Amino acid sequence: MATTADLVSNGNIHRHNQNIDTFKSDAYVRSGFNSHCNKHNGKANGGLDKRPFKESFDQAPLYVAVLTYVGFGVVTLFGYFRDFLRACGLEKCYLAQEREEQKDFVPLYQDFENFYTRNLYMRVRDNWNRPICSLPGPQFDLVERVSDDYNWTFRNTGKIIKNVINMGSYNYLGFAENNASFLTTVEDTTRQYGVGVCSTRQEMGNLDIHNELEDLVAKFLGVEDSMTFGMGFATNSMNIPALVGKGCLILSDELNHTSLVLGARLSGSTIRVFKHNNLQSLEKLLRDAIVHGQPRTHRPWKKILILVEGIYSMEGSVVRLPEIVALKKKYKAYLYLDEAHSIGAVGQTGRGVTEYFGLDPSDVDVMMGTFTKSFGAAGGYIAGKKELVDFLRTHSHSSVYATSMSPPVAKQILRVLKCIMGQDGTTVGIQRVRQLTENVRYFRQRLQEMGFIIYGNEDSPVVPLLLYMPGKVGAFAREMLKKNIGVVVVGFPATPITESRARFCLSAAHTRGMLDKVLNTLDDLGDCLSLKYSRHKRSIQDRTLRRNSVLNH
Amino acid sequence: MDVKGLKEYLSWLYYQYLLVTCSYVLEPWEQSIFNTVLFTVVTMVVYTAYVFIPIHTRLALEFFSGLFGGQHESTVAFMS
Repeated sequence: MATTADLVSNGNIHRHNQNIDTFKSDAYVRSGFNSHCNKHNGKANGGLDKRPFKESFDQAPLYVAVLTYVGFGVVTLFGYFRDFLRACGLEKCYLAQEREEQKDFVPLYQDFENFYTRNLYMRVRDNWNRPICSLPGPQFDLVERVSDDYNWTFRNTGKIIKNVINMGSYNYLGFAENNASFLTTVEDTTRQYGVGVCSTRQEMGNLDIHNELEDLVAKFLGVEDSMTFGMGFATNSMNIPALVGKGCLILSDELNHTSLVLGARLSGSTIRVFKHNNLQSLEKLLRDAIVHGQPRTHRPWKKILILVEGIYSMEGSVVRLPEIVALKKKYKAYLYLDEAHSIGAVGQTGRGVTEYFGLDPSDVDVMMGTFTKSFGAAGGYIAGKKELVDFLRTHSHSSVYATSMSPPVAKQILRVLKCIMGQDGTTVGIQRVRQLTENVRYFRQRLQEMGFIIYGNEDSPVVPLLLYMPGKVGAFAREMLKKNIGVVVVGFPATPITESRARFCLSAAHTRGMLDKVLNTLDDLGDCLSLKYSRHKRSIQDRTLRRNSVLNH
Repeated sequence: MDVKGLKEYLSWLYYQYLLVTCSYVLEPWEQSIFNTVLFTVVTMVVYTAYVFIPIHTRLALEFFSGLFGGQHESTVAFMS
């Protein structure tokens, strides 16, 4: 039976715990999972039923899907029309084409695959690849550019748009900063080591600063050892082939990042995909794998590896880690957790999804993460048991062939880790983690009240706002820039064709004033572009005034 | 008459139309072609409806009333 001291130390006093106190008799039977945890961990941690896990993926009304297809249909028709004009020669083609003599050869440029790029992406291309000319902090400066020929070429006007609110950078804890007083250690390291390493990890690129960093990362995560790499994408794509090979099975989530998919494909193992965050699908695949074994020979699989991410950046959903750990223990599989977006951003002290769910870090076999997002640096790490990391030190492609991490970058990560853990003597780190949680709750709650459709978990700092129609994607990004807010919009093929979205990444460095400005602009823009599709609207506002105010610019 | 408010409302409606049919991304001459084609099609539909639907409904009603009315008369003749 949990004592009051245990309840208080948990920090998350869920209603379930309070109910336990009212049942004073010993006849109250607690679920097996919780009592097991109490025995081994000594404190009441988040069991499967204790943490309120709120995720929502609302569906828009049917007319929205119909109109989205109508919009795509119109653009496709005009795409065919323009391609016809280009083929006839009535219009100049700006893209690469074969020479006249080569027209009968095997085609070099796949016309149909580039059809979408040529005919839709080019028309709204000015919303991506915008050149930034300052630090990507909570506010940044953009180079103003215009196009005279409908986005085929751009030219800079020479002006700079200053203090654009940054809602797109992965700057979750606000450590992308250039305050000289914070960066003194990084400056000293640059003076001492320079910037380039000029070697791979196994040859001459193993600096003492790397060893210090790896020890601190292992301590931060609560595991035995860790290894760091110079590039986050390469951490996944170069280490998964070292861990699994032919004769192994990879069970990968539907919406995994390209780096995980590339690493899985490079490894040569059999890959089976389970539906996003759907544990029935995963369990079915696991059972099939164990019962039937390898495809033709029916021998048992050498290894079964489950690939999941902590936070999925396109959906904002959080992985159901307790259930997956339970499944993995039942079926004796290995778990590879990619915490690129969740390390530093979730959890009470920023230690990622294992802390968020209250699990033991040693339950996850391979913990991977990147330093690009919450740490304001570059690179990735893999952490776990000492045998695993020692194996990777010798067998990983990254350690043998890739240049190791640059010293100032490593020092920046060290400084940030010490800040988050509180080892530098201040409470700045933990304040930032709390500020991020507060910002996330406030932002998501206000957006839901306004009536937008938001995907994902309540606690995830990635907020996808659904736009659906291709016309609105371009209009939304341009209108937001006119109001001095920079957002990232995503469409097909990164998302399903009917679900284009704008993705907001919140930061601890955003002040309440900036968030309010963004929210008010979103409110006006939502009325002007009619983006408020949610059927669960809580307040009905007067729309006529707002819609006209946005048109007057 | 709030002319200015009405004009703004109409321009907002036109903006919505551009966004929903994705003509917002098209170049101006393409938008003109699309608007012309759509306007022509809608006009023809309205014209066809205006000219032919009353005639068709009248003929249909006559057909069905003739069918049931004729049956009623024959049963009456049979009874008497």
